[in-house]
Amino acid sequence: MTASQISAALAGLAAIAALAFVPSLVDAYYLSLAISLLQFTVLATAWGMFSGPTRYVSLATTAFFGVGAYTVAVLGEQMPWPVVLLIAACIGAAMAVIVGLSTLRLSGVYFVIFTFGLAELVRQIVVWYEVNISRVLGRYVFVDITPSDIYWQLLALCVVVFATGYLIARSRFGFALRIIGEDETVARHCGINVTVSKVALFTITATFMTLVGAIMSPRWTYIEPSIAFNATISFEVVIMALLGGAHRLWGPALGAIPLTLLFEFLSARFPATSTLIMGVVFLIIVYALPAGVAGLWERLRAWPSRAQVQSAQA
Amino acid sequence: MSGTDAAPALAVEGLTKAFGGLIAVNALDLSVGRGEIVGLLGPNGSGKTTALNLISGVLQPNAGQIRFAGHDVAGWPTHRVARLGLARTFQLVRLLDGMSCAENVRAGLAFHRPLLTRAELEASETQLLARVGLAGYGPRAATDLTYIDRKRLELARALALRPRLLLLDEWLAGLNPSELLIGIELIRSLKQEGLSILLVEHVMDAIRSLCDRCVVMSSGRKIAEGTPEMVLSNDAVIEAYLGAPLDA
Repeated sequence: MTASQISAALAGLAAIAALAFVPSLVDAYYLSLAISLLQFTVLATAWGMFSGPTRYVSLATTAFFGVGAYTVAVLGEQMPWPVVLLIAACIGAAMAVIVGLSTLRLSGVYFVIFTFGLAELVRQIVVWYEVNISRVLGRYVFVDITPSDIYWQLLALCVVVFATGYLIARSRFGFALRIIGEDETVARHCGINVTVSKVALFTITATFMTLVGAIMSPRWTYIEPSIAFNATISFEVVIMALLGGAHRLWGPALGAIPLTLLFEFLSARFPATSTLIMGVVFLIIVYALPAGVAGLWERLRAWPSRAQVQSAQA
Repeated sequence: MSGTDAAPALAVEGLTKAFGGLIAVNALDLSVGRGEIVGLLGPNGSGKTTALNLISGVLQPNAGQIRFAGHDVAGWPTHRVARLGLARTFQLVRLLDGMSCAENVRAGLAFHRPLLTRAELEASETQLLARVGLAGYGPRAATDLTYIDRKRLELARALALRPRLLLLDEWLAGLNPSELLIGIELIRSLKQEGLSILLVEHVMDAIRSLCDRCVVMSSGRKIAEGTPEMVLSNDAVIEAYLGAPLDA
């Protein structure tokens, strides 16, 4: 490790330690805002980990999020909390493997449409099950989890998602993903099993999304399919990751933080038109910042050094 | 692998591929001996690249056998055929443009057994870049290279697979006369190291000076086979290329 890497690691640890004290320092409103920030940071980072290298736009975020939330609603009272989380993670992972194997051969827009439909499909299945089998529509989430617990769990998940992304990027698997992102045909001719790589990455990131839903579930106390499988979450996560820049691990967080604050402000101030304003924000991002904040930052940094590189080569 | 020592590097039998009603490759028989360079010739649209795509697993054949490295690899996925040691270059050069030259070579090194350590990877990258005439280019961006150097880098990535068979799809196309001599010399030196090569090529000088044997395709069928001199003077071949014999 170089000196700068060590200092970056120490700064990261200090930041995590400081963030851990947030629940004891702020009131309920700001704690709830902090929970939203962490929630979307993890979701957008996980989304970017998959979509950055593969360039697949997934709208399935809410399908996994909702499955996590519902698992807690169904099992929360019957089992210890860590076991509930583990089961939720396994269900999310299993669903991701099935979805991945059946859809990652689809290209471009077909994948987008399928993943959008998937969230609706899962929601309808849950509705059907609740109406016809369990005869309840809507469940109360009675678990002994405080907002501070939710915050700390999300913070821990946030650390894990970044550590996972960092380790993947440095691994042979991460190198394979970069090659797949550049040219799938070349990747295959280099001996890379493209399908297995993509499904593995999709599963890892979907498991994080499922866990976010599971951890967030106690926050609602009452849950029904339209709350758990809210399509807006899928779109918000895409917008955040694109604003930040999905090609860098830390990019989506740069979009998640300002946009969570913005959406929070909009929905409080303009509850009727917030979706409309969100759409406009999305258009502006796509046109003005195609590589996101991370891309803009890299362009600005490359500005002075590019001239030096060119003169050195000449 | 002692049982396969006498077997050719590649033996294709009855290979057939149809796209709807069009039979792109029709009952093709083809073999490449150990250390042999075989030219696959034919006019545009005769099925050469389709044949390469079938051999390397990009396309699934409708019928036929592809004996390679002791297996019938017909219908295998590309990555498994590649791991057995089948490497190729592409008609339009395909590099990983977001990466450095060294990383382009590493792509070919890193994903087949036995897996190499980081130090071994770096040593092999340096050696392979030097092998194709790109010594010292490792840290450069792939996009910075000239056309012939891009071809060299693609070849280095193919060689990184430690291939038992190399498929070159018009690797010499588009080079100027002096580059062509360099390119021909490079391919000849690979043969001298014992590599088996199947090359699709239109450059006649290269075919004459490199190929031990040629197979000529037209409309998906093999219409001639033999030494370059034999096939290039064959009436059927001349007719396939030019429509009818002409005086120069």
